[in-house]
Amino acid sequence: MSKLKLATVWLDGCSGCHMSLLDLDERLIELAELVDIVYSPIVDAKEFPDEVDITLVEGAVASTDDTAKIKKVRAHTKTLVSMGDCAVTANVPAMRNPIGPQAILNRAYIENATLQPQIPCVVVPKLLKTARPVHEFVKVDVYLPGCPPSADTFYTALTALITGGPVDIPALTRFGA
Amino acid sequence: MSQTITIDPVTRLEGHGKITIQLNGHGEVEDAQFHVTQVRGFERFSEGRPFYEMPGLMARICGICPVSHLITSAKACEAIMSVRIPHSAAQLRRMLNLAQMIQSHALSFFYLSSPDLLLGMEADPKVRNIFGVVGAKPNLGRAGIALRRFGQHIIELLGHKRIHPGWVVPGGVTEPLSAAKRDEILAMMPEAFQSTKLALAGYKQIVDNFRPEIEVFANFPSNYLGLVNEDDSIEFTDGALRLIDGTGRIIEDGITAARSTEIIGEAVEPHSYTKFTYYKPLGYPDGCYRVGPLARLNIAKSMGTPLADAELAEFKQLAAGPVHSSFYYHHARLIDILYGIEKIEQILNDPLILDTHVRATAGVNRLEGAGQSEAPRGTLHHHYKVDENGLITWANLVIATGHNNHAMNKGVAQAARHYIKNGKFTEGILNRVEAVVRTFDPCLSCSTHAFGQMPLAMTLLSADGEVVDHVVRS
Repeated sequence: MSKLKLATVWLDGCSGCHMSLLDLDERLIELAELVDIVYSPIVDAKEFPDEVDITLVEGAVASTDDTAKIKKVRAHTKTLVSMGDCAVTANVPAMRNPIGPQAILNRAYIENATLQPQIPCVVVPKLLKTARPVHEFVKVDVYLPGCPPSADTFYTALTALITGGPVDIPALTRFGA
Repeated sequence: MSQTITIDPVTRLEGHGKITIQLNGHGEVEDAQFHVTQVRGFERFSEGRPFYEMPGLMARICGICPVSHLITSAKACEAIMSVRIPHSAAQLRRMLNLAQMIQSHALSFFYLSSPDLLLGMEADPKVRNIFGVVGAKPNLGRAGIALRRFGQHIIELLGHKRIHPGWVVPGGVTEPLSAAKRDEILAMMPEAFQSTKLALAGYKQIVDNFRPEIEVFANFPSNYLGLVNEDDSIEFTDGALRLIDGTGRIIEDGITAARSTEIIGEAVEPHSYTKFTYYKPLGYPDGCYRVGPLARLNIAKSMGTPLADAELAEFKQLAAGPVHSSFYYHHARLIDILYGIEKIEQILNDPLILDTHVRATAGVNRLEGAGQSEAPRGTLHHHYKVDENGLITWANLVIATGHNNHAMNKGVAQAARHYIKNGKFTEGILNRVEAVVRTFDPCLSCSTHAFGQMPLAMTLLSADGEVVDHVVRS
């Protein structure tokens, strides 16, 4: 049997969920024996592959790049996992929602700039009006909350997803864990 | 015909980045940029929140170096409270900060850059990752995993959580160290020393294979900024900043966090969500400088621990003055790790380390406060203003990746000019351009705390600036 394909994607988050995944430490090697990690910030693929079995998504959807990315990921993924509180609820990225992107951009690049105050616009993507959870844009199959979910949570949940075994996620983790 | 090469995303990088490279009609590189594509708004949405929430909130800027934000934010809060924290709290935080430096450097060196260094810049991209390293060089790959685990486990023992621990608070830490935990950390030391020894030996074995890269990986004189103690030894948590020029001459010394807010300027460029910082008296871009492991080793005269001091003496032989090639960030990072392990051992043997006075309490005694520390990748600043009730009215953060932004852009252009001739390039060449950025270990989550993400794409433009081609690596 060929190995399952696993991808990890980072949208508007802090990378803490990815770091917690790396906290599997030596168990990462064990994981790599069970699955091929075909797309992730830690491997060199530049294009999201056509057929991925499991994709873990960290972060909220907050920019035009994020929207395009999550739609592409969904179209090519069998099981999509919202990884961490920002993907599940938009969490910290959503703290900007009552303020709006213009005021946020003005503060950083106009008011708090010493020289050449301007809003960056070349190559960089536009911010959405609000940062939203992943499931508001695409169907999500599994929710794995936590800030971040612990390495043990990843280990148990991924093992179940890979082998098709049962998993009781609320017993493993919760919002803010 | 001119064209633009786009590398999007730059991989094995802590964040969202693109590189664009502009070629003229003769296929020569005109210019190149490194773009950060994420922005998030922490400076604005923290307004109105109680200052004592700031460490826990600001830590969410970054899952790689949350401890740097916790400590720097707590220091800014302590300036507002006008307190000095207890000795044991300062020592425990110092240990936490060093543990984070070790795990973050292990991530940068082993997980992100060692595939280039140990497997080769031209290695098959499919295996050019940490798993490829574990397969080809199991001892080194596993040493890297062990070192990252060492740092993360210390953070977990002290703060109950590996990522986003809530233990650092304005005034100190929430609970003292127990004897059992101290002994557990001491028992982890031999493996950490052994892993670092392997890494240094492994690096020294391969470094000569990279002479061409060393020549063009952001190899130019620049100013350098970093923390030192009064005895000129390296410092990560306290001390004061020193700025030196490209010959090693001190431009300004004894820079406190409050003074930093007066002399550091931030310029905005249209192509990046990360700002470009500079030393105001020298202007922009002449006042730009580098921070991080290379800068710290160029500035410090000693490490203050025996094994790291021996390594520093060897490092200083690389050049008559400051070492300028950013390739040597890798080397400096390993020496930082060695120092961190030795220093943690020293701290654990401090007779007062188990002291239970670990938190000072006070209300608002000043309406403004600033804090600074060395994050793994360079100097970090938090600057807050509050009202009489302690609610934040204004915040500004200056991040290591902003300090290095100018040098990263210049370095990417230097490497692109060297490698891309007649408009021709290969995957291995583009990987080298990305590898220049990796030497700096930029943290794009941090640098875009303001908003957005860093894109790494390559674009080729005609001489008149028209986009001729946009190449996405695949």
